Amino acid sequence: MSGMFIHNLQLGIFSLRRNPLLTALMIMSIGFGVAASMVTFAVFRVVSGDPIPQKSSQLFVPQIDNRGPQYNRNGEPPGALNYTDALALMRAHKADRQTLLYPVSMSVMPEEAHRMPFKAAGYATYGDFFTMFDVPFQYGSPWGAAEDASREAVVVISRDLNQKLFAGENSVGRRITLDDRQYRIAGVTDHWDPKPRFYDMFNGRAYAEPAQVYIPFTYAMDQQIETYGNNNCGSGGKRGDDRESWLRGECVWISPWVELDSASKVEAYRQFLNGYAEDQRRAGRFSWAPNNRLRDVHQWLDFQHAVPPESRISLSLSVGFLVICLVNTIGLLLAKFMRRAPEIGVRRALGASRADIYGQFLVEAAMVGVAGGVLGLLLTGLGMLGVGMVFEPQIARLAHLDLSLVALTLLVAIVATVLAAFYPTWRAAQVQPAWQLKSN
Amino acid sequence: MLQIKPILVALKRHKAGTLLIALQIALTLAIVCNALFIIQQRLDRIARPTGLDETNLLTIQNRWVGVDDEKTGSLVRADVQAIRELPGVEDAISINSYPLRGGGWLTGVRTNPDAKKSETHTTQYFVDDHALATMGVKLVAGRNFRSDEITEIDPKAVVSAPQIIVTKTLADKLFPDGSALGKVVYVDDGTQPSTIIGIVERLGGPWNSTWSDTFLDNAVLEPYQLTGGGTSYMIRSKPGQLAAVTRSVPEALYKLNRMRVIPSERGVRTYDVVRSQAYKSDRGMAILMGVVCLVLLGITAAGIVGLTSFWVGQRRKQIGVRRALGATQRDILSYFLTENLLIGIGGVVVGALLAIGMNLWLVTQFEMARLSLLYVLAGVVALLLLGQGAVLAPAMRASRVPPVEATRSV
Repeated sequence: MSGMFIHNLQLGIFSLRRNPLLTALMIMSIGFGVAASMVTFAVFRVVSGDPIPQKSSQLFVPQIDNRGPQYNRNGEPPGALNYTDALALMRAHKADRQTLLYPVSMSVMPEEAHRMPFKAAGYATYGDFFTMFDVPFQYGSPWGAAEDASREAVVVISRDLNQKLFAGENSVGRRITLDDRQYRIAGVTDHWDPKPRFYDMFNGRAYAEPAQVYIPFTYAMDQQIETYGNNNCGSGGKRGDDRESWLRGECVWISPWVELDSASKVEAYRQFLNGYAEDQRRAGRFSWAPNNRLRDVHQWLDFQHAVPPESRISLSLSVGFLVICLVNTIGLLLAKFMRRAPEIGVRRALGASRADIYGQFLVEAAMVGVAGGVLGLLLTGLGMLGVGMVFEPQIARLAHLDLSLVALTLLVAIVATVLAAFYPTWRAAQVQPAWQLKSN
Repeated sequence: MLQIKPILVALKRHKAGTLLIALQIALTLAIVCNALFIIQQRLDRIARPTGLDETNLLTIQNRWVGVDDEKTGSLVRADVQAIRELPGVEDAISINSYPLRGGGWLTGVRTNPDAKKSETHTTQYFVDDHALATMGVKLVAGRNFRSDEITEIDPKAVVSAPQIIVTKTLADKLFPDGSALGKVVYVDDGTQPSTIIGIVERLGGPWNSTWSDTFLDNAVLEPYQLTGGGTSYMIRSKPGQLAAVTRSVPEALYKLNRMRVIPSERGVRTYDVVRSQAYKSDRGMAILMGVVCLVLLGITAAGIVGLTSFWVGQRRKQIGVRRALGATQRDILSYFLTENLLIGIGGVVVGALLAIGMNLWLVTQFEMARLSLLYVLAGVVALLLLGQGAVLAPAMRASRVPPVEATRSV
């Protein structure tokens, strides 16, 4: 068997070298087709991945329509909550876990006077945030419900910030100054930066730099720390003249998340949201039927168009591109194999079975596939350098040629070429020994 | 005139090859049409004017660090004053955002305060009386702000200003009869009336994605200077001094006071850089599509060359017979050209349908515009020509097959 395989390999090499132009055309065709698909797939893989696979079906974003059919967009409630609704959800406490969050940007004041202050971005949120999103901790732990309730000045910082400020030592219990307020460090997170950042899609930070600080939402509200993100007042809402009226108004800026681990709880939460909207209608705040959504992570990412259109367009186009390259390869292989009809006739007459012919030509095709795959790999590597031209630098940084992509490139090239070779090989195997001998 | 019938009969004997070439032409046409269309759309976006005089323009992002929001007003005034006095600087302003910056203020406008829904959306720029000169925006009617009209304001407390300048696009949208100057409008969904004191020729919004296309050139200039955590500076340099100013302004700002962060990325950008970064993905997409088209056409041409060469090789004897029976070299040449044309026509008919179908799919998926039939037509012509070009070399070879070939065994 292996002897036959080696014999086929030798036949293949001989045949491929006999027609260098045709062979080169096939290899280029496969190479370009595979490379185009792989480059765009590498980007697509980054932008369409599940950022939290273990929990993506248990985490939900409640949305409440506080605009009404006249002002909302395409009948959809806004992508965030106003302060009134956000607080109502937290008070009701109807989910296993729940949190609110909004982005903050604060100045870190290093203790040493000679070091320049710098900006650190992060979130004002509740202690449940860390448990809900499985945030890993290097030191310490999240703050608890007690700190949320007592509006305490605690902070969780990122591993990077801890490295910068405390040279990576355990800094739990120490104090840092953010803007002009002192915070006690409750914990240090390990590297954690889900992409896309599903929990902050409302602010378009899907691929932003990792968050560095997390502070209690309640303390941030107490201290009137402003949101660093979007504040959407809609075309019907009033922005308000001061902070108080803005808070009481209908501007949305808070992202809510709830954790619900069974279908019945999800249903119950939907009921609760509808009941809440119904209450608001009775109280005269809403003049429309409840229009709420409860989307899980996947549905939420879909709704927020986490996958940029560039990525989907280019992936679809390059798949089309690969198909054309394969059609092309089928044609070229057909030409190549059929040109050898006399040789096949002789081999068949000398006793080669159809299976032998299949073996010979599929091995030859696989060799073209391997060569195409290697060329494809080189072109993919080149293409990856160009990814930054089309996509945001944050996305381009994430797309890279790793081992799995190398394996996939070769695999796609070989499988595609062998598949493309089936029809030409079948035709070659149909060659009648007698007919060929006669005409020769 | 050539006999088409014998060609069709011959093609029937090469069904697989014929279908493969036709299919390849069809798919290539579908993709190339749509790719060219995407390229054209992206190039159109890139070419959109902002209304600014973009040469000699510098932008700086400034964020205050450890300063109370209320105190930032005087710091900004000091900054702007210092920048204006620097050598090489023509003029400078502090502004909340600028065209193509990607992030700014958006609000509704209406002419009737009792109307429930805004008539249109508009960008808000908060500026002082130096804005028109710094940005290089042309005033086509009315007047500029006076320095005594400029007030400092907390961003949370912004109410529509008593005097505003609007773009011509917005003015015409609100007052189609062209009578906007001196009229009163209501910005911000408030009940505070704003009088239009000036109209500028054009000023684009800070966004460049498709969602803002319907109100791209709607802008309101309001005589406010915002307090708060950060601001943008726009600086017009004297001609030829942009590079020097790009270095001297950040230095001067840090010297004036260090309680600030000018981000290392996107903190200091000439307007050329702003523009190229804003349209980076559009330009990249156009280049990508262009490369895809070229490679695709090359591969299709190579495929045609390959299969036709095979056919020529296979039919040497038949060609020899025809030549022996009196067919000229021209006859043989035109036989292969016509054969290719017939396959090509079959391919482009299917391809045109595919191209339209693919576009319809893109329209539903990505809110793209409908493909103009002109692109399909151009693609059809291009692919037929490509086919003829690709087939030329093998066809020439075929035409040189000598009549004596008929007497040889295959």
